[in-house]
Amino acid sequence: MTSSKQALAQTAPSADAAPGDQPGAARRAHGRGTPPPGTSSWRSRLYRWDMKASPYAFIAPFFIVFGAFGLVPLLYTAWYSLHNVQLSGLDHQTWVGLDNYQNLLSSEFFWNALENTFTIGVISTVPQLVMAIGIAHLLNYRLRGSTVWRVVMLTPYATSVAAATLVFTLLYSWDGGMINWLLHFVGVDPINWRESDWGGQFAVSSIVIWRWTGYNALIYLAAMQAIPTDLYESAALDGAGRWQQFRHVTVPMLRPTILFTVVVSTIGATQLFGEPLLFGGVSGSKGGSAHQYQTLGLYMYDQGWGIGNLGKASAIAWTMFLILLIVAAINLLITRRLRKSQ
Amino acid sequence: MRTSTRRSRRLGALAAVAALTTGLLAGCANDSDDGSSNSDGGGKGGGGKTTLTIGTFGVFGYKQAGLYDEYMKLHPDITIKENVTTRTDVYWPKTLTRLQAGSGTDDIQAIEVGNITEAVQTQADKFVDLGKDVDKSQWLDWKNAQATTKDGKLIGLGTDIGPMAICYRKDLFQKAGLETDRTKLAEQWKGDWSKYVDLGKDYMKKAPSGTKFVDSASSVYNAALGGESERYYDKDGNVIWDKSSGVKKSWNTAMEVATSNMSAKLKQFDPTWDQGYAKGTFATVACPAWMIGYIEQKSGASGKGKWDVAAAPTASNWGGSFIGVPTAGKHQKEAVALAKWLTAPEQQAKVFGKQASFPSTPSAYASLKPQADTTAYFSDAPITQIFSDSAKTIPTQIFGAKDQPIGTAITDVGILQVEQKGKTPDQGWNAAKSEIKDVLGQ
Repeated sequence: MTSSKQALAQTAPSADAAPGDQPGAARRAHGRGTPPPGTSSWRSRLYRWDMKASPYAFIAPFFIVFGAFGLVPLLYTAWYSLHNVQLSGLDHQTWVGLDNYQNLLSSEFFWNALENTFTIGVISTVPQLVMAIGIAHLLNYRLRGSTVWRVVMLTPYATSVAAATLVFTLLYSWDGGMINWLLHFVGVDPINWRESDWGGQFAVSSIVIWRWTGYNALIYLAAMQAIPTDLYESAALDGAGRWQQFRHVTVPMLRPTILFTVVVSTIGATQLFGEPLLFGGVSGSKGGSAHQYQTLGLYMYDQGWGIGNLGKASAIAWTMFLILLIVAAINLLITRRLRKSQ
Repeated sequence: MRTSTRRSRRLGALAAVAALTTGLLAGCANDSDDGSSNSDGGGKGGGGKTTLTIGTFGVFGYKQAGLYDEYMKLHPDITIKENVTTRTDVYWPKTLTRLQAGSGTDDIQAIEVGNITEAVQTQADKFVDLGKDVDKSQWLDWKNAQATTKDGKLIGLGTDIGPMAICYRKDLFQKAGLETDRTKLAEQWKGDWSKYVDLGKDYMKKAPSGTKFVDSASSVYNAALGGESERYYDKDGNVIWDKSSGVKKSWNTAMEVATSNMSAKLKQFDPTWDQGYAKGTFATVACPAWMIGYIEQKSGASGKGKWDVAAAPTASNWGGSFIGVPTAGKHQKEAVALAKWLTAPEQQAKVFGKQASFPSTPSAYASLKPQADTTAYFSDAPITQIFSDSAKTIPTQIFGAKDQPIGTAITDVGILQVEQKGKTPDQGWNAAKSEIKDVLGQ
């Protein structure tokens, strides 16, 4: 090898070039994109090909994996969604066109699941982000043992969904659960959290809030620490109290971060699955006896693996995908608006 | 040996999401699994050892009763490995896809009674016909019938069954001023589940505070339906659930429970149901044989000697499994031999001794010995006698492909809405109806 520089600039294909063979020329070729004079055109062609193809080779693993485990299943799901496919007869597919989608649009359970996904999404995301920002603001002050507090904030996020949900299930149990026990001191009759219409949604949201608030708080905290302290100092000099500093300095400076967390939380809320499934206990994929907290994810799971109707489950999957695209588009629009208004 | 869907789900609460992902991953990883276990066998110096894998859900008791070790001792050239998936609702879809892919199945695959008809109707060509290899007369006729195709192919060997009794808290009965003798009690409700419900009304008049008569209306429904030959399908495979006399009768009984304040309103196999056992909040529970071990475990030491067992109003069955040999397996001959041995009367009796899973082979009944602990726990009730009597008179039930989801729709939507949401029985029935429509894709 002539030089390590050459080795870096030229990758594998050029390795078989003779040692000491005009590295400068090769480098010039890089700049101009024309074959260097005096060298074999075979080599230069190889070199040009290398320059063009190598980047693709480097990013290929991602696309190959994505293709195999993302794109192909996605397209295959689309194909399934146009057929009647039962889990017990994967090789007997009959073409039904858009029947599965039609069936879905006329199904009360689908609309119910869509509505639940939306309401649970709102009542879990909004309080979660508001609380996260407040907690981050508090953690941003100089505190004794601040690292400890930060680690504590992240603990719920590190807990598995299953463990967290099991504990919450016991807390919310209508007979002997801690929450009803506490309520009885203030004279409230026991509430059947799981089976009442809003109780289940509220309970599921509380699990989501519990798990994700700390995570978002840490993201906010990281962004807050990037805010120059002189902004606060000058605000303080102008006589702004802490609340005013929060409103007029912190929140505006956090805007991009807030947008990021809103997007991530929205996607998470649309795909909500584990918490309601486990909260429902036995037959949890129904989301309660009246489907009161059955999300789209649960409905898809119930159709596919509970009932074995893979065609319809695929149609739900694609509908969810389209909904996510719409949500992403709305987010993009809002983001642009806000950027322009800044 | 694991029996009803629900029984396995009790363990499942652990980590459905984790299980789901591992389920998917295991789907991809299985081949290498097999490979590694094969080389394992070779590595131990077996040289040409055959590794047989057996796929089960929940606790089957083979390992616990030492059957694998015993078999490996008898056959030094065989190594047995058990792959357990705790949740049936994860296990069965996974097994179905593997059967159809023709790869990744275990050498022996367990099949739950709720899935056996689907297997018989749609997967028969994926299983070895075991009829020629075994003496079919060993099993109860109705058990064989469940695993036999129309053209007489036997795709699974019966493991346990779930003959029914009523387990009751003698101490609570006494406080409520009721009869406590098991034979006299059985006499009182003999022949009809509604008589059992009537006794529940008596119980509630003087019920010890904080206790109810039964755990849930759904359990009464399942127990009653287990004694009816007509369920959700007719002989030709048509869905007749809303016309079925068995369903209607069992539903009405369950409705009486749900609307009369005698139920603790628990959902079976939920953590709160376990708490109910521990705190003693209900006095009776419909008790298939496999429930015996469950009660002993969940009620704990404080329940010892307080529980008793009486014959159920009707002979009825709840749960039970089969093991079949997929044609995709590499060692079919060895697998058939192992399946045959595991389900032979002697082995079923051993599993009963360990696990109280009730044999499906009547010749085992004479030699059944429950553990001394268990007998003492249930006030020296003649458990084996009670369950044997029930087992021999259980009617042959007609199952259908979607039995399980239909059953779930009735209990976990229909009955639960009446019991826990205060809906009327008609509203509950209609809710179940639209749910079942959704299940059947109508």
